[in-house]
Amino acid sequence: MSAPDDLASAERDEAVRDEAVRDEAAAIEDARQEGTQERARPVGLGPAGWMRWTWRTLTSMRTALILLFLFALGSVPGSIYPQRGVDPSRVAQYFKDNPAQAKWLDRFWLFDVFSSPWFAAIYLLLFISLAGCVFPRALTHLKEIRRRPPAAPRNLLRLPHSEAFEGGLTLAQAAAALRRRRFRVVTGDGWVSAEKGYLRETGNLLFHIALLALLFAIGAGGLFGYRGNVLVVEGDGFSNAVAAYDRFMPGSRVTAESLEPFSFTLKDFQASYVAAGEKQGQPLDYLAKLSVQDSPTAAPRDVDLKVNDPMDVNGTLTYLIGHGYAPTFRVTDGKGQVAYDGPVPCLADDQATYTSECVIKVPDAQPTQLGFLVRFLPTTVPNGNAWVSVFPGAANPTVQVFPFGGDLGLKSGQPQSVYQLDTTNLKPLGTMSAQPTPLNVGETKELADGAGKIQFTGVKEWISLQITYDPGREPALLAAAAAVIGLVLSLTIRRRRVWVRVKDGKVTVGGLTRTEGGGAAFAEEFAQIVTALRGEPPTGDSAGADQGGGEPDGPARAGHVAPDAPTGNAAPGARPDEE
Amino acid sequence: MPAEVNESLATLSDQLILVTVLLYLGAMICFALDLAFGRARTVVAERRRQLVGAGGPALPEETAEDAGPQPAAWAVRAGSFAVVLTWIAWAGNLAGILTRGIAVDRWPWANMYEFVVAICFAAVTAFLALLIRQPIRFLGAFVTVTAALGLGFAVLFLHVQAGPVMPALHSYWIAIHVTAAIVASGLFILAGVCAILYLIRRDGRPSVLPSRESLERVAHRAIVISFPIWTFAVIAGALWADRAWGRYWGWDPKEVWAFVTWVVYAAYLHARATAGWRGKAAMIVSLVAFGCLLFNLVGVNIFFSGLHSYADVPN
Ligand code: HEM
Repeated sequence: MSAPDDLASAERDEAVRDEAVRDEAAAIEDARQEGTQERARPVGLGPAGWMRWTWRTLTSMRTALILLFLFALGSVPGSIYPQRGVDPSRVAQYFKDNPAQAKWLDRFWLFDVFSSPWFAAIYLLLFISLAGCVFPRALTHLKEIRRRPPAAPRNLLRLPHSEAFEGGLTLAQAAAALRRRRFRVVTGDGWVSAEKGYLRETGNLLFHIALLALLFAIGAGGLFGYRGNVLVVEGDGFSNAVAAYDRFMPGSRVTAESLEPFSFTLKDFQASYVAAGEKQGQPLDYLAKLSVQDSPTAAPRDVDLKVNDPMDVNGTLTYLIGHGYAPTFRVTDGKGQVAYDGPVPCLADDQATYTSECVIKVPDAQPTQLGFLVRFLPTTVPNGNAWVSVFPGAANPTVQVFPFGGDLGLKSGQPQSVYQLDTTNLKPLGTMSAQPTPLNVGETKELADGAGKIQFTGVKEWISLQITYDPGREPALLAAAAAVIGLVLSLTIRRRRVWVRVKDGKVTVGGLTRTEGGGAAFAEEFAQIVTALRGEPPTGDSAGADQGGGEPDGPARAGHVAPDAPTGNAAPGARPDEE
Repeated sequence: MPAEVNESLATLSDQLILVTVLLYLGAMICFALDLAFGRARTVVAERRRQLVGAGGPALPEETAEDAGPQPAAWAVRAGSFAVVLTWIAWAGNLAGILTRGIAVDRWPWANMYEFVVAICFAAVTAFLALLIRQPIRFLGAFVTVTAALGLGFAVLFLHVQAGPVMPALHSYWIAIHVTAAIVASGLFILAGVCAILYLIRRDGRPSVLPSRESLERVAHRAIVISFPIWTFAVIAGALWADRAWGRYWGWDPKEVWAFVTWVVYAAYLHARATAGWRGKAAMIVSLVAFGCLLFNLVGVNIFFSGLHSYADVPN
């Protein structure tokens, strides 16, 4: 226990004794929280002075408040504009639709808000501010925890809560009663001083430190983890290697060797839908049946993969995130060779009916390359001169085929989407109709100009998977849980002090809560303590409160408590000590 | 998978919600009568209760009004009747939620309609729960009218037939994450009502409204209770996202706005602890946060597309 500390607390208690207890208490809070923030700028203090000033300003509550607002404001554009990290195709679309605007938005990182330098600047400042304010406070709190409650002020009746009565209470009895209520107690010459509620500050510090830990966990997950997407058709397999992904997003510390070496085949995929009624066609459930090998030498095991139920292989998680149809085709070219035989993943145009579109590219076809646009209708019904799908399940699957011949443009070196046909050097084979007669499974369409034929051989389904490895998940969860616990402690516990003076058979009790907003509840507690001290058994919640009931509520009550309030009549709740 | 819907129970649920709207409106009128004509008595009695039960602050500016003429007996009764009516409406609201849940055999907050109905219920529950121990009857008219408007909005613009939900919502997390979000939102609504009244109320003038002090106190208490719950809801959401979407946080628009709401409520708590921001400024911050909450609830579903599949609004 150091002398300056005691001086400080003596000063504080001195101040508390003042007439304007309430304002003083508020001022103390301010001083505690604002620190030296309102200090004048250091004129001519040199670089060291400026640095001190900058640090103080940065770690003040007011700066934290402003940074909190900036943090909130800064994340808003992330919800307005499409984000590369979330949906790159929508960003590309934005560039196509508003090229000039997109260029400007991109200059301000508005398509990458959450990885932009300015967003990083805000949260780094916020967390420096947080660290700069929390660590000194943690040190102070460590000292406080070990310090004994301060000596009793001279006149307890001037405290926000006070009570006086005659009785044979001894100091030892008072101390014991307060200890029983789990107060920390010290006794002095004619007084007892007790304090409680240190957990509030502990909780508060825990919360703020947990936030720092959370940020580190998220950062570590980003560095050492990876995320990738892959599309797998029924019957096909996947093995976890960088090259097998359609899209792979590694953290900067991820190497190809660090990928968990598992593999699987998709045996079957089943989707079920609402069959009838207003919600007809709404998906009910998806189920992907996999055969998984945890390592190249492990025995295969069966796994049912569902939405909300990822597969876990040693911390690498595989999620079912999408599905669609992959009709299979056999294309025979003009020379009678089978130039293509297999499934083609289609993208759903319409979720309610799963009318899907797909593209087949047959670069090996002779004498000309072939390309097909295909419309896949899972449940086909005729509709006038057209055909439509009426249900997402494959009850009556057909395809409408639009054939092209010519140059697919694959040699140009430009990357092409597998879902798009570049028709600049292709021409339709035969007359193109908007609604060609659909083919049923097994049926064949002869191509015009002797270019060959295409057979619709069957229907498979595909699933899209996300595979994630994030070593920061568990630490982040722990930090978040600690934050909630700290928050609850910090918001529910009140720091409070109670003093008792005994002199010539006259007992005075005074109480003070140093926590804003805790006054009402403390009044009850204080009344109970007084009742206990009077030697009466406590009688529940409203015990001491009854004494206040008879008190007439005149205007005088609101302003202050007379120093010599009549014994036993000082209503416990008469003094507001909260703001 | 439960695809069967008990149609008669679903219809009963819709009817119960309609009745509840009317009951809330009735309670609102009674509360308003009490507020306008039953005041003198209420003030005295409530102040006494405050002093007795909670040792709350005295309300100096109201003391002068206490001397006014005694209110009519019918106005006195209107206040008590309003509370009873609110409890009945609350029960109706609860029954509406339960019947819908039983009809579809799942947690009844899986689309916007069900979500808004549940939030209105949570707001009224928060009010009634606080009313048991705190003299906050003065809020009754405002809480019940908010609940009636919320339910009315849900019935008119958000209603969808009871039915099964998307596979993404088949998870026990709906019970944890959404329930926490609903409870927190209900309390935030209570705080929002207080904050609005606080700004309307002028200090030092006679008014049928309660003092700014008491409004602030109720608002603060509600936020202090709901902020940890909201924090928990956001974390539970992240846990669910970790199960469903393959990452615990991905800045989906809903996530962005839940985060913004959280940060601004945290700013409110800090503002209260910062000199110069106490009182009015802090209340404005809490209203900004409340605005973010509402925007997340309604605006995000309308303006942005995201992964949250419950945002099932009829078009
Ligand atoms: C990530 C942002 C932050 C969040 C979400 C947050 C949240 C909170 C919460 C919920 C409280 C409890 C308030 C109460 O007791 O009524 C609190 C208290 C506090 N925070 Fe923060 N905080 C953040 C950043 C900061 C920073 C950067 C500082 C330092 C400059 C700071 C300093 C404090 C202080 C001094 C208190 C105690 C106030 C009191 O005793 O009433 N916080 N914070």
